[in-house]
Amino acid sequence: MDQTPTTEPSPQGEGPGTATVAAADHEAPRTTANTKAVLSVENLKMYFPVKSSGLIRRTIGHVQAVDGISFQLPTGGSLGLVGESGCGKSTTGRLVTRLYEPTAGKIEFEGRDIANVSARSLKPLRREIQMIFQDPYTSLNPRHSVGAIIGAPLAIHNILPKNKILPRVQELLEIVGLNPEHYNRYPHEFSGGQRQRIGIARALTLQPKVLVADEPVSALDVSIQAQVVNLLQSLQREFDIAFLFIAHDLAIVRHFCPEIAVMYLGKIVEIADRETLYSRPHHPYTQALLSAVPDVKQAAIGGRRERIRLEGDVPSPINPPSGCRFRTRCSLAQEICARAEPPLLQIGKRHKVACHFPGELGHHPEKPITPRLLGVDDTGAPDPGAAPAAEVGNDPGFSDTWFDLERRSMAKA
Amino acid sequence: MSSFLSVRDLKVHFPTVDGVVMATDGLSFELQRGKTLGIVGESGSGKSVSSSAILGLHRKSSAIVSGEIWLDGVDLLQISDEEMRRRRGKDVAMIFQDPLSAMHPYYTVGNQIAEAYLVHNNVSKKAAKKRAIEMLDRVGIPQPDRRVDDYPHQFSGGMRQRAMIAMGLINNPSLLIADEPTTALDVTVQAQILDLLQDLQKEFDSAVMIITHDLGVVAEMADDVLVMYAGRAVEYGKCKEILTHPEMPYTWGLLSSVPDVTGDTSAKLIPIPGNPPSLLNPPSGCAFHPRCTHMDKVPGDLCRTEMPELVPGVSAGEHLKRCHLANPDEIYATEILPEIAPELVEEK
Repeated sequence: MDQTPTTEPSPQGEGPGTATVAAADHEAPRTTANTKAVLSVENLKMYFPVKSSGLIRRTIGHVQAVDGISFQLPTGGSLGLVGESGCGKSTTGRLVTRLYEPTAGKIEFEGRDIANVSARSLKPLRREIQMIFQDPYTSLNPRHSVGAIIGAPLAIHNILPKNKILPRVQELLEIVGLNPEHYNRYPHEFSGGQRQRIGIARALTLQPKVLVADEPVSALDVSIQAQVVNLLQSLQREFDIAFLFIAHDLAIVRHFCPEIAVMYLGKIVEIADRETLYSRPHHPYTQALLSAVPDVKQAAIGGRRERIRLEGDVPSPINPPSGCRFRTRCSLAQEICARAEPPLLQIGKRHKVACHFPGELGHHPEKPITPRLLGVDDTGAPDPGAAPAAEVGNDPGFSDTWFDLERRSMAKA
Repeated sequence: MSSFLSVRDLKVHFPTVDGVVMATDGLSFELQRGKTLGIVGESGSGKSVSSSAILGLHRKSSAIVSGEIWLDGVDLLQISDEEMRRRRGKDVAMIFQDPLSAMHPYYTVGNQIAEAYLVHNNVSKKAAKKRAIEMLDRVGIPQPDRRVDDYPHQFSGGMRQRAMIAMGLINNPSLLIADEPTTALDVTVQAQILDLLQDLQKEFDSAVMIITHDLGVVAEMADDVLVMYAGRAVEYGKCKEILTHPEMPYTWGLLSSVPDVTGDTSAKLIPIPGNPPSLLNPPSGCAFHPRCTHMDKVPGDLCRTEMPELVPGVSAGEHLKRCHLANPDEIYATEILPEIAPELVEEK
């Protein structure tokens, strides 16, 4: 009976081997991706009011700095946030650390929504979420000694008695690779790389679970950048800290983060694991961004990749383009792009993209893939015959079913 | 004078109360029309000081400049201030790193670009403005006839840098010095500006010097590369040659300390230990020796006691290096390359 040729797939499979594989598949944990996220951000928005000039300052508009982004940060993992200046990546970092109060959305830290908690209850939270700033020259108080700068969090949070602070400061200085005897020196006595180490020591003082690193190396010399990146990596391994790594340098982010989100004008346009994002980007913006990076090794062996030229500048976030925000500079843009906003659609195991025409470079589909989900026709006009699917794109994590681009239907792992 | 620009033994010393700061100490290089030279190095390695010397921007009271700078048969260090002023902005022009601080906030962009033209050409203000609009159009600013009356703050970062380029090129200079022209810009804008510079260079057949710390920019733009450390050239030669067969540990350090977007993600970044040296009190012998990890391969105490000469490298071709190592090509191939680009080793 096993030998009977048949075109129908037999429900029993072809032998015991395949049957067990199928069973194992079925029993696989359903939500591998959503477990153990230390930080989960859902539909986060930050609108800054724009006031008119004059005596009565009315609000005449909003800068939509961050407009509905969702992502997860795994415990002890790192997520990279890249994009050009003005795309909202630094604002996101400041929202996560609650230096700003978001206009809307959720920020869940260890299961608790911290988006709107009061200033008083924020204090214990500051111990868990810390920040490393971009410019080591302006982020350290020039009138405080290094010991005072690094010890301040301990005193503020009443963690150690006064006489125990100094030994801890010296320990921290040693961890970040500075001479522990230099605690009574002032910031101006240190070089840029050393100052950034002081900033890192300050962020580590309270043993945070999440560190937001906002362009931690871009102000440093090339030879010093590698020192600081290596330090951050060893600290992450040692203390199991989750990093939200914000940078515009795509190579550094790729080196540091296993998972990367690309932002454009307040939105995440693509989020994926680094192998997928850098070798098979599906969003035209990610493709243009990557092609713009000059590559030493490529040039050294003679190859020069074709650059995708993006014309013009990023539009103003006060009055962003309708529909897809990238459409004004996109070579693929069609009618639907102006009318409907593409949802951040999961198209692979760890890959989401917000585009009506997602595909590898040169293999973008002819017709938009999103109309059925959005309840519109191919030009983006509302289609009375189609029912829009429920909210797509606001789930912070990855699910184990996704939209398969080739089969144009939902697929499973 | 075979070369268009020929710098010989250029020294820029700043006397201070603590001693003489030797910002540039014996720099020599050549550059032809239509070619691009990339100068790479960390902050404080003397890149910008050397290029300011070519423009004659060092005040005689605070800096001692010696050596020879031959541009098209004229030694720029021998001519009078008046003569230099006539050449500055006309024969030699500079694009500065930070376009916001290099432009005057009180004057319109058009005004500032036109001024550069008025100074060197006996034309009416109207004609100069027309020329400014032409240049803005050439560097790709949309609606140049309207944007010409905008102030610098009304321009975006990329547009400001374009305006700076327009200002630099308005007199068709034969030598253009770009000091970190794209450091303050995003990658997509950087790509636009680099493309623009290349197009304009072809159009005007200018010689271009690009000063940067980004080896990627150098790799894409430059024909020749000069690697500077502590005021001296440590490696100089054809760009491709230096990027594929570097022979000086400092260049190795620069290459291995930056990640790239195509390489192996598990490859480690190998930082250069320590900090750049003080130019007031440079280390004895080879200035790089306190940070060099290959000192043990040089017999005796040579690195500490004797400054290596800039001599032809082991590999053939136009390639000079300043290092005592006898077999740098071997060390690079066996120790450095497998660490930074394992995928390239397998290909061989």
